[in-house]
Amino acid sequence: MLEGLFDPKRWEITFSDMSSFLDGFSMTLTVVLVGLAISLVLGCLLGVLSTTRSRILRAISRVYVEFFQNTPLPVQVFFYYMAGPRLLQAVLGTPSPVRLSAFAIGAVGVGLYHAAYVSEVIRTGIESVPRGQMEAARSQGFTTVQAYAYIILPQTFKVILPPLCNQALNLVKNTSVLALIAGGDLMYNADNFVSTYGYLQGYILACVLYFVICFPLAMLVQWLERRAKVRPRAKVIAGITPEPAKEA
Amino acid sequence: MEIFTPANVSFIMQGFLKTIEISVLAIIFSVLLGTVLALVKQYCTGKLSVFKWIVSAYIELFRCTPNLLWILFIYFTVKGSDIFISVLAFTIFTSAVMAEIIRGGLNSIPKSQFEAAQSQGFGFFSTMGLIILPQTFKTIVPALFSQCTTVIKDSSYLAGINVAEFMFSAKVVMGYTSDLTQVLLLYGFVFLLYFVLNFGISLIVRAYQRRLVAA
Repeated sequence: MLEGLFDPKRWEITFSDMSSFLDGFSMTLTVVLVGLAISLVLGCLLGVLSTTRSRILRAISRVYVEFFQNTPLPVQVFFYYMAGPRLLQAVLGTPSPVRLSAFAIGAVGVGLYHAAYVSEVIRTGIESVPRGQMEAARSQGFTTVQAYAYIILPQTFKVILPPLCNQALNLVKNTSVLALIAGGDLMYNADNFVSTYGYLQGYILACVLYFVICFPLAMLVQWLERRAKVRPRAKVIAGITPEPAKEA
Repeated sequence: MEIFTPANVSFIMQGFLKTIEISVLAIIFSVLLGTVLALVKQYCTGKLSVFKWIVSAYIELFRCTPNLLWILFIYFTVKGSDIFISVLAFTIFTSAVMAEIIRGGLNSIPKSQFEAAQSQGFGFFSTMGLIILPQTFKTIVPALFSQCTTVIKDSSYLAGINVAEFMFSAKVVMGYTSDLTQVLLLYGFVFLLYFVLNFGISLIVRAYQRRLVAA
């Protein structure tokens, strides 16, 4: 199999089929964007719920996180794919099974799965902010929602950005689960190419395309991690803030 | 039609055992390979730094591409039993992740430990094996075990290359019924077993962490 790797003819055929790779690539990118949006919105909500005082809200968030973190994404996606249409039919009372596009299954699948991880990131971020901040905000007349929005969440950004970007990286990789249900994403189209022609080049091209998205993200994570370790310095505004003390 | 017949259940449980078998082997091999990779990336400097760059490239390549890609890649290029193929695919992929986890642990060991070991006449390998690595593994237990659950979960990707692991066996059985209730029950069963396994591991880790804090 490996001897054909340097055959220029095979590479030529691979590149002549580039359009199907690019189709898959754009499908993967759209699933990533929609999935990321779902996971961020739902994850933020669940993360905030897990730090509230209400036992019921905390329990809802806990159960969601434990379920989605401890069961495999492929099993979840197979479930949406095989049982989803008829389950929706039974729930919504439609005459025929509800048709679900592979795109919807993929975006919802990775979105719900990563929402659990995003929720944990947000929770640890919020817990890193001292409780006194919330009490101070409440004492100044902020409502709880305002206190979260203006006081608590902005302070968590530095802590949560590196793990959040890491989740985005994992989400990109996990969209390949669509290949298991013939989802027309990059992995599926590459696998199709390889089984049609028998050329390993298809996987290598897919590898390069995934790497192109993921490597910048991985670099971003490293940069953010380094930046999070640097201690913040107060901005000096002439005439208002006192001059910073000279270090000996 | 009732789907939980003894024959079906024993078929699915065989798949479950295969999932565990593959995961355990893959984890053992990737910890071993990951340790070597981490040590090379951390300590091959000077004349040996070419190895450091090779290992760094290896780690970045596998961290930035999907697991499924390497499963399909190995399935297509390597001939062998399905256990061999699965363990190989997971080892080359997971060892890159393990290497980064172990390197994180190595970085957390104070420099004085190295100096103390050297002052007592330990060579590089005995310093590593007797002093540094035991402490390293102690600090990375949580990350290591959470990677174990990732391996167990990701092993269900193997259903894509028809390895008869847990998910695949359940899918085969599902092919015999079109009754929605039966399908839901079967999925409930699959989710439950994966959940018990992975949640059990995370409970062990939490207990370990509490013990560390208490100590």
